[in-house]
Amino acid sequence: MSSVIRVENLGKKYNLRHQQREQYTAMRDVITDGFKSFARKLIHPFQFSTESGPSSEDFWALKDVTFDVKQGDRIGIIGRNGAGKSTLLKILSRITEPTTGRVRIKGRVASLLEVGTGFHPELTGRENIFLNGAILGMGRAEIRNKFDEIVDFAEIEKFLDTPVKRYSSGMYVRLAFAVAAHLEPEILIVDEVLAVGDSQFQKKCLGKMEDVSTREGRTVLFVSHNFSAINTLCTRSILLSNGTISSYGNSIDITNEYICGLSSKQIGQNGKFDLTNRVNLYNKGVPIILSVTVCDHNGYPSDTLVMGKSAKIQFELQEIENINNLDFGIGFYTPEGFRITSATTWSSETVTRTNSNNSLKVTYQFDMIPFTAGKIMMSPSVSNSKHGIVYDHPEMSCYFNVVEETLFTEKKKISRTYGVIYIDGQWQLH
Amino acid sequence: MSDDFDLIIEPGGGIRRYWRDLWKYRELFFFLAWRDILVRYKQTVIGIAWSVIRPLLTMIVFSIVFGALAGLPSNGVPYPIMVYAAMLPWQFFANSLSESSNSLIDNANLLTKVYFPRLIVPAGSVIVSLVDFFISLVILFGVMAWYRYLPDVRMLLLPFFLVLAFLASFGAGLWLSALNVKYRDFRYVVPFLVQFGLYISPVGFSSAIVPEKWRMLYFLNPMVGVIDGFRWAILGDAFPVYWPGLALSACFTLLMFIGGLLYFRNMERSFADVI
Repeated sequence: MSSVIRVENLGKKYNLRHQQREQYTAMRDVITDGFKSFARKLIHPFQFSTESGPSSEDFWALKDVTFDVKQGDRIGIIGRNGAGKSTLLKILSRITEPTTGRVRIKGRVASLLEVGTGFHPELTGRENIFLNGAILGMGRAEIRNKFDEIVDFAEIEKFLDTPVKRYSSGMYVRLAFAVAAHLEPEILIVDEVLAVGDSQFQKKCLGKMEDVSTREGRTVLFVSHNFSAINTLCTRSILLSNGTISSYGNSIDITNEYICGLSSKQIGQNGKFDLTNRVNLYNKGVPIILSVTVCDHNGYPSDTLVMGKSAKIQFELQEIENINNLDFGIGFYTPEGFRITSATTWSSETVTRTNSNNSLKVTYQFDMIPFTAGKIMMSPSVSNSKHGIVYDHPEMSCYFNVVEETLFTEKKKISRTYGVIYIDGQWQLH
Repeated sequence: MSDDFDLIIEPGGGIRRYWRDLWKYRELFFFLAWRDILVRYKQTVIGIAWSVIRPLLTMIVFSIVFGALAGLPSNGVPYPIMVYAAMLPWQFFANSLSESSNSLIDNANLLTKVYFPRLIVPAGSVIVSLVDFFISLVILFGVMAWYRYLPDVRMLLLPFFLVLAFLASFGAGLWLSALNVKYRDFRYVVPFLVQFGLYISPVGFSSAIVPEKWRMLYFLNPMVGVIDGFRWAILGDAFPVYWPGLALSACFTLLMFIGGLLYFRNMERSFADVI
């Protein structure tokens, strides 16, 4: 298949002004700077000015970016904040010009860098559909043809003639998406817009995007921090770091690489979470859980755990009375906050309590990590379940990243596309 | 091989494509103007009546202050008509200026999220003011009917002067909108400019009261030519046009428009980064 986007040596330089008082330049500063440099020249006429005007520094938001996108590819773009994702999309959608390099594009491009760009709060839903459609590059006739479909998709029939300022935020987002979802460009560029909106609607949008892409061979470029969305939608991904491409390949590999890279870079973490500096919502604000340590199957502290292997989660406690009457638990969540499962002392068959008096460590051992690749958030807790008293419960205060081990199943890699957890069993055909 | 690609994004590229894009995005242009017109009087009680009341009240005040109190000459024409004939282009100019100078900043969210030829934005503001102009024009006919004042064939030249007014408004609007993106000082300059301009332009009085030796200098104000043209077209020989002055005004207007266009195009590339 032929390339529809060819990016060569793309670079974008920004000029950072230091000590900016305001975001924009004021004439005042330009004039005073002009006077200053003039005065400097008068005083030292033979000295070359080493610094010109206000101290400024060049910053390359993108540098030497080269890649190729084939028709029908769905490309995910990931990277930390400031890695250059948005700049790349802005150049591709012609909002800003590159400083160096060249991009060649074949086909009509539509970019969706924000939900509801150009929505006017005073206008009604009907008026905003037309306005937003026009802003996204649809013709009037095209919008009119798809009008009913858009309204249907957004589920807002009843409020068509209400100004959108009276919409709930959910309705607003749905309407905005509905318009965007009905764009029919050959190339669709989408920034992290799925972060808003409820998960059911997000799924509907992802489904629509995937559907359109596979059925009509549409090319999609998609920036997100939501790896499961990237893995679901995108066949290939680009990992950007510090303005350059650090890898380009299969989405699952790239997201795994990103997750591993991310964890090793986090300073002072490496599976150790200090929870002393916080206000406990219970126990008069005094924290009982002082720290949480995640250890991998080799027994070393690490926040990267391998799917299917064992792991330990250990918390260290403040001295507390009647420790033998206490219950401990850990809730496991997806980064979106969905509770996957919990491990608790009151629901477990095997709870061993040794060192009865000053045992200040609690360890939970996973025999086999059931989670698929991605981030898992944890909420540890200390309570007395019999009396329903909670002593400490720092929610989503620690996490680990699961990477998959190809050895786990030799047949096929298990990614988040299978769901958040994986259950293995026996199959029989008879 | 590279000819297969429809779009090439390069530093400093795409000048020829710009004008084609401008045509391609004409629907967006209409939608933006339509939005501004729609939004304008939303949540107001009397709505569109505002665009009638404002020029009418100004006309009454001016007629009283300049005509009745100051006793300035009106060459036999009812003073309100004389004032109104000048206020038409002036209001158009003033509204365009204040609307278009803020237009890019008001639409900053669009500028940083979507591509389209940025020229559409200030142009849209001028068009919105043009709609107001036509409403006011209808009122002028009403006032003329009230005074039983009949215009002659010169009225047919009015579109020519309207084009001149449009060029002056759009040209100044282009300069101010582009400057305003970079130097927000212009946000404060424009209201002052508009207020000041009302008094240095012959709106409340006739340009004939300006002494002969300052006449040519006076016409450097592009609105002087436009206003005199309007008066002449509407009121006839009572207000003869000083043609050399008008020519100077027209040239200056054209220069300002072309300069504005070039400056705007030059600044346009960095709008999204600066705004």
